[in-house]
This record gives sequence, C-alpha cells and structure tokens, in this order.
Amino acid sequence: MKLTLKIWRQKNAQAKGSMQTYAIDGVDGDMSFLEMLDVLNEQLIDKGEEPVVFDHDCREGICGSCSLQINGEPHGPDRLVTTCQLHMRKFNDGDTIVIEPFRAKAFPVIKDLMVDRSSFDRIQQAGGFISVNTSGNTIDANAIPINKHDADESFEAATCIGCGACVAACKNASAMLFTSAKVSQFALLPQGRVEATQRVLNMVEQMDKEGFGNCTNTGACEVECPKGISLENIARMNREYLTASLKG
Amino acid sequence: MSLESRLPKGPLAQKWTKHKNDINLVNPANKRNIDVIVVGTGLAGGSAAATLAELGYNVKTFCYQDSPRRAHSIAAQGGINAAKNYQGDGDSTYRLFYDTIKGGDYRSREENVYRLAEVSANIIDQCVAQGVPFAREYGGLLDNRSFGGVLVSRTFYAKGQTGQQLLLGAYSAMNRQINRGKIKPYNRHEMLDLVIVDGKARGIIARDLVTGELERHSAHAVVIATGGYGNVFFLSTNAMGSNVTASWKIHKKGAYFANPCYTQIHPTCIPVSGDHQSKLTLMSESLRNDGRIWVPKKLEDAKAIREGKLKPTDLAEEDRDYYLERRYPSFGNLVPRDVASRAAKERCDAGFGVNKTGEAVYLDFSSAIMRYGKEQAVMNHIENPSVDTIRELGEKVVENKYGNLFQMYEKIVDQNPYKTPMMIYPAVHYTMGGVWVDYNLMTTIPGCYAAGEANFSDHGANRLGASALMQGLADGYFVLPYTIGDYLSKDIRTGKISTDLPEFDEAEKNVRTTLEKLINNKGSKSVDHFHKRLGKIMWDKVGMARNEKGLKEAISEIKALRAEFWNEVKVPGTMDEMNPELEKAMRVADFLELGELFAKDALHRNESCGGHFREEYQTEEGEALRDDENFMYVAAWEYKGEPSDAVLHKESLEYENIEVKTRSYK
Repeated sequence: MKLTLKIWRQKNAQAKGSMQTYAIDGVDGDMSFLEMLDVLNEQLIDKGEEPVVFDHDCREGICGSCSLQINGEPHGPDRLVTTCQLHMRKFNDGDTIVIEPFRAKAFPVIKDLMVDRSSFDRIQQAGGFISVNTSGNTIDANAIPINKHDADESFEAATCIGCGACVAACKNASAMLFTSAKVSQFALLPQGRVEATQRVLNMVEQMDKEGFGNCTNTGACEVECPKGISLENIARMNREYLTASLKG
Repeated sequence: MSLESRLPKGPLAQKWTKHKNDINLVNPANKRNIDVIVVGTGLAGGSAAATLAELGYNVKTFCYQDSPRRAHSIAAQGGINAAKNYQGDGDSTYRLFYDTIKGGDYRSREENVYRLAEVSANIIDQCVAQGVPFAREYGGLLDNRSFGGVLVSRTFYAKGQTGQQLLLGAYSAMNRQINRGKIKPYNRHEMLDLVIVDGKARGIIARDLVTGELERHSAHAVVIATGGYGNVFFLSTNAMGSNVTASWKIHKKGAYFANPCYTQIHPTCIPVSGDHQSKLTLMSESLRNDGRIWVPKKLEDAKAIREGKLKPTDLAEEDRDYYLERRYPSFGNLVPRDVASRAAKERCDAGFGVNKTGEAVYLDFSSAIMRYGKEQAVMNHIENPSVDTIRELGEKVVENKYGNLFQMYEKIVDQNPYKTPMMIYPAVHYTMGGVWVDYNLMTTIPGCYAAGEANFSDHGANRLGASALMQGLADGYFVLPYTIGDYLSKDIRTGKISTDLPEFDEAEKNVRTTLEKLINNKGSKSVDHFHKRLGKIMWDKVGMARNEKGLKEAISEIKALRAEFWNEVKVPGTMDEMNPELEKAMRVADFLELGELFAKDALHRNESCGGHFREEYQTEEGEALRDDENFMYVAAWEYKGEPSDAVLHKESLEYENIEVKTRSYK
C-alpha cells in the first residue's frame, strides 16, 4: 500500500505545531498502525530528520498508552480497539490519513502526538481507591459473597484502560465516562459502598478542577471507547452524585 | 563479597514466621525520617511502594511510563495462583510449594518458594478487600481455573485481564498514599544509575524524560522492581519499553546477576507475521484449559495447509496429531510451558508447521465448544438440539470465558477463532533469572533490594503459569516491607542523605558522558537496527534450544555487534528534550552487554533444566536431562568490566523437604 500521512508536529509544549505531510510506501495489511509509524520513523532517521513522537508501550491494547486521533476519530476507524491493535488492512492503497494528538485542555501536548494525561491520575488520587491497609490482615476473600451479576458489572467498569479516547471523542472534552467507570466499579461492590459518598464527591470535584467539560449525553465516548465502557456508568455516577450531595 | 543467603533455620513451615519475629523493626516515629526509592511501579514496585508508605516511610516512585497504571504487569492475562483450596480438590500450601519447585526443575530455593506459597492465600483476601473484581460463581463465591503443570484448580482470575485488575488494585493503593502525601510519584522518569555511598545504596540518578534533565534523588534504601529482560530478544511479549537498565546498572555497581540464561518461552503466542513486527502477543495459557493443540499427522497435509490448499477444519480427527496428549497423557495440553514450547518446536522442525513460515501449530476449541454446548442444552432443557444450536450455545460459553482473547486474536490475525483453530507458536515471555537476592530480597549491595520479576528468587529454571502475579504481589505487599526494616533499623539516626556528596557528582557525570556520546556519535544506523540484529542472534543461538557451538558464536557476535553499536549508532535530536530514540539507545546499550552474559551463563551450564535446553543434554525421548551432581546451584555472576570477565559465584541448593526427581508429566 502507498499512503499519504498528514501528521501533527510540535517541538514541545510551548512551541506552535503544524500539520506535515509524509509519503510512505510498502505498507502491509498485517502491520499494526504503530508498526506503520515505526517504518516511517526509521525512514525519517535515515534521512536525518526527527522521528515522530507518540506514546505506546504494551502494543496489545491493555496499557492505555497509545492514543492518536486518526482521521478525526480516537484510535481510528475500527471499533473496540486501541491504535496499537488497529491494523493497516482497515485502510486502502492511496488513502490519505490524518494523524493528530488527542485534543483537550486537560491533555496538553508534550511533543508531536504525545499528550500529558496526568489529570487522569489526579482524578484517581482524589478517591479512586478503597481505604484498606495492604497488610493482608483482612477477612477471608469468600467471607462476603457477591452477586455474580454485580461482580461482572463491576469488572466491566474496571476494564477501563485510562487512554482518554472518551475525552478526545467528546465535543466538551468531558471525562465523565472515565471517572464514572471507577466510581461504578466500587459502587457495585459491598467493599466499595463504605466510602461511596465521599468518593464520588471528591472525584467529580477533581475532574472539574482539571478543566474537563460537562457531559451533554451525546454518547460519542461510548462509541469510541476501545474497551466498550458503557454509558450506564455515567447514569450510575449521576445517581451516586445526587444521593451524595443530598447527604452531604 | 560472599553469597550470604540469610536463610532462616528451623522447620520449613515455620521459617517465615520465625524470621519475621527475629528481624529488627523500625518504630513508627522513626519511619517518618527514612526515605525509600522504588524504581518500577508494576505489581511488585506498586505494591511495595504502597505498603512502605502505609507503614510510614517516605517513598519516591519512578517509572518511565506516563502513569504507574501502565506498567507491563497490566498485560498478564490468565490469573493468579493461591493455595486457598476453595475447590476442595486437595490443594494446600505444601502442594503449591511442591508444584513450584518441581515446575522450576529443582533450581529454586525451598525457603523462598515455601514463603511464597504461604502468603499466597493472603494476597487474594487483600485484593478482594481492595475491590479487585475477580470472577465469581452464581453462589457469589470466587471462581477458579487450572493452569499448566498442576493437578488442582487454584488460579483466581478476572476474565483475561487478571494482571490489569491486580495492577489497578496496586495503583489504587498507591493513589491512596499519593493523596496522603506519603508517596511522591516521578512518572516519565528513568533511572540511569545507582549511587553508592560508603558501600551502601544511597540514591539514584534519574532522567526526566520530558525535559531531558538529569536529577539526583537520595534515600536510605533503593528498591529495584523493573521487571524482566525478555526484550534482549527484540521480539517478545514484553512491552516496547521493558528493559534491563536498572538491573544492569546495579549489576555494574556490585549486585550479582543470577541465572541469566533461565528464560521462559511461552508456548501460546500469535506467530510472527513479517519483518515489520515490533512485538509478539501472548494468548493466555488459560486457553489450554479448553483448547487442544495439534498439527497434521501427515507431512503432505501440513504442506497442503501451508500452501492454502487445505483447511484445518477439513482434516479428519484421525489425521490430526494431538502431540501433547500423545506424549504426556497425564497432563495433556496442560504440561508446563517449557515442555509445551519444546514440543511445538520439535513438530515444526520436523516439517509439520501450519502457517506460511512453517512455525505455527493449532490451538483448537471445537471439542470444548461442542462439550459446553451439550451441557448448556441439558441445562436449558432443549430436547434434541441441532448441531448448530449446540455450537452456538458452546460458543457463548467460550466467549464468556475468553472473549477478550478471541477478539484480540481476530483483530491481529483477521481470522475467527470460534470457527477455525487459532495458530500459535512459542515466544519469549518471562525471565526467571535476574538480580541475585538473599531471603530478605536484598542484593549483594547493602540497602539495594530487588523485587518481582527483576529478582531471580522463586521460579528456578521455569515458572508455572499464574505465578508471576503471585510473586510480584507477595514480594511487594508481604515480604519486602517487613524485611527492609531489618536493614533500615540501623539507619534511624542517619538523617537525610545529601545529594551534594561527591558520589552523586561522579554518578551524574558518568551518565551525562554516556548520553553525550550517544547523541554526538552521528553514526549511520538506527537503534532499532542494532536491537533487531541482537534479537536475531539471541533467538537463533540462545533461544529455545542451545548448543556449545552456537553459544560460542553468539558470544563473539554480540561482542562485535556491541563495538559496532558504539561506532555506528545514530541518535537524532538532543539530550535536553523528549527523545525516545535516546531512551532506546541507552536501553539497547545495556541489552548488548547483558546478552553476552546470558550466552556465557548458558554455555557454562552443561545440563538441560526448565527453560534452559542444551541439545547435548537430552534423553532419548528428547526430554531435558539435568545434572544435579554438578549443577544444582544458583549461578551468580559478578561484574568485572566486560561481560566476558564476569566471575561466577555458586550458591548451592539443598532440598530437605522435597525429593529431587526427574521431572515427568507423562
């Protein structure tokens, strides 16, 4: 395959960025999108140019490092995959592909396609945990049976990889899907109920402080989420928040 | 330096308890005056950091990723072992201990392994309390499954994302401590050297990967929990950034490196598709609970399949060779990883491989789908169900168990594994070898510790499935936070360590010199060019099967490649900015040294054991042939300038509670 790539290049956080055009040849359908960028980078290094910087690590769709807005969609045109699991067979010979970083005020660009998502960490630090000590002196794991349906739903929410596609997909750059996934994971478990009130208030407060937008229920986040995190989590967080506010 | 393993005396089952009672503690008020650096934030590092902070120490964590949540523990799929015996199938602490020692081919320490088995049950309690959503049965209790090399179901799991859920659990425990101000996280930072003052580990030099700035951090103890070195093979199931740098830097400063040649080649990975490949993807071992591994019985069928003239589903049952079931009837498809990998290689080398490259075997779910389908039909009272209905019901069960893995396979290979068998081949996955540690997890450098995959301690020559997560969390939550106190109790009056000491100046200067050399080298070949060539040497000559001639060639080829690297490598950009090529160059430079030591270790070990298979040492049936008389020891290498000059120290292994036998899974 022969492709034309239009890629966002930005030297650092302070610099002004711009789109640059690159031609690439010999792209194989079995390559992942990032392997295609590896090939481009090797060519750039050969020519004495600077390679394109992007976040990536596990390359099996679970670490949440890779991002990229590809032709206007987070993680590109395929569904339920991260960029590292997107394969070039989804594109055609002669295509032009536009590659940009995830765009949001709370995700400032570090360099080229790499953004700073530490705002997500700070939301988790505000309450994304159960306050038990890690000494191991707790009750037996089977002491509290948990309804399988609840346990499964909690697990589904917990599979969020924190990539930020939900924010990049949202016209308001809202982090509601991300935050609600963690709130839901714990809200659905008896262990998590103990601190449920304070958790939702703290996490939402931090989310607002970071500059994420509000949710207007367009549902774009759910469509683009590589892990299929459900919008129901947002509804659950809204209920939790309302109840907590009344209590508080 | 001599090897002092500090193994407690007394009966095996009481050693850990007795040791905990005997070691020194630091009182809570004094802990506030003690700083600990933890490098790496995966299961071992994350859990250690959280627990140390909770105990009251001031903790700094370092990771090269943008968040601790992205450490590669997250990619572990299948599960975590624990001797809970919830299934009532005869499991016990002793049996988990026994399975692990046997699985490791009698090359690990009894004391460490028993401790691991002993604390395993607690890990599950701990994780459930933290809100880790493990799989449950309809009655609300925890579910289990079985893994290779064992005859019980002791593996706890969260679909195919167990590592993710456990890591997010450790990350949440870290977050709680970050929120309390007890952990200061340094993300997008890479440790580039250890600082030793008066013979003790007192700090590190780290590079801020965003600004490129070099930083000095001091502490009373340094914990290395940076995982394994499988990426020395270039292609592996490790993350792209996984590296040996922290372990290698401490090795060069005096920490012995143990058993580098013990590498796990995992039998069920997606085969290599082409030269562009950047990494390999694992398909969880849990799939071997339900998948049957086979190749065609006849060479002409294998050839026809490779040429695309025959489909696997067209082949009749009697024309298939379920070679693991044939060779190992009692463990069948669930033999340990080293045995399964070698058996796959044996069949493919004999010409029975089933993909274009001839390096793939089938992992087939059709029997399981039909079996589950029939069960479901009975449970749902469907009378005389059609084959299609049975298949549909069965596929649903399989989807529920392994859905995410099947989806991942389909995305990568573009084939539907519900309808046609998966193709798999072994790939480098885990390294049992690592930094030598004593029973307290301290390296041969006082005050420098190693935890998780980074150390060598628990898995001998081969690790059993679902035991890496267990070891990472055992080290981090339950072992290191206790044992480190014994050392730190002598540091309560030391006070803050200054970063203005000449030792910090010296270490920083050395790091800067190396970085400058790479940037100013202006060679003609990229970092990846060298990494790929190193990987090829390692895979061809130090991979699944090794022999004296190949290993000697590997040693000289790696040495030559290393010299070429330093002459010819080209690193674009500058030191003072985000520069991923420079990061890679630093890591590959260390791999080029480790690779040689790895081959040297493999060459000296004139026996086959676990993941280390020397072609000269095998039985008539092609099984590994150990030499207990001469090689029942840990090989701990001391750095002396060049990898070829490394000096061997032996820690002999003694088995008092287990009978040493030839490992058999027949």
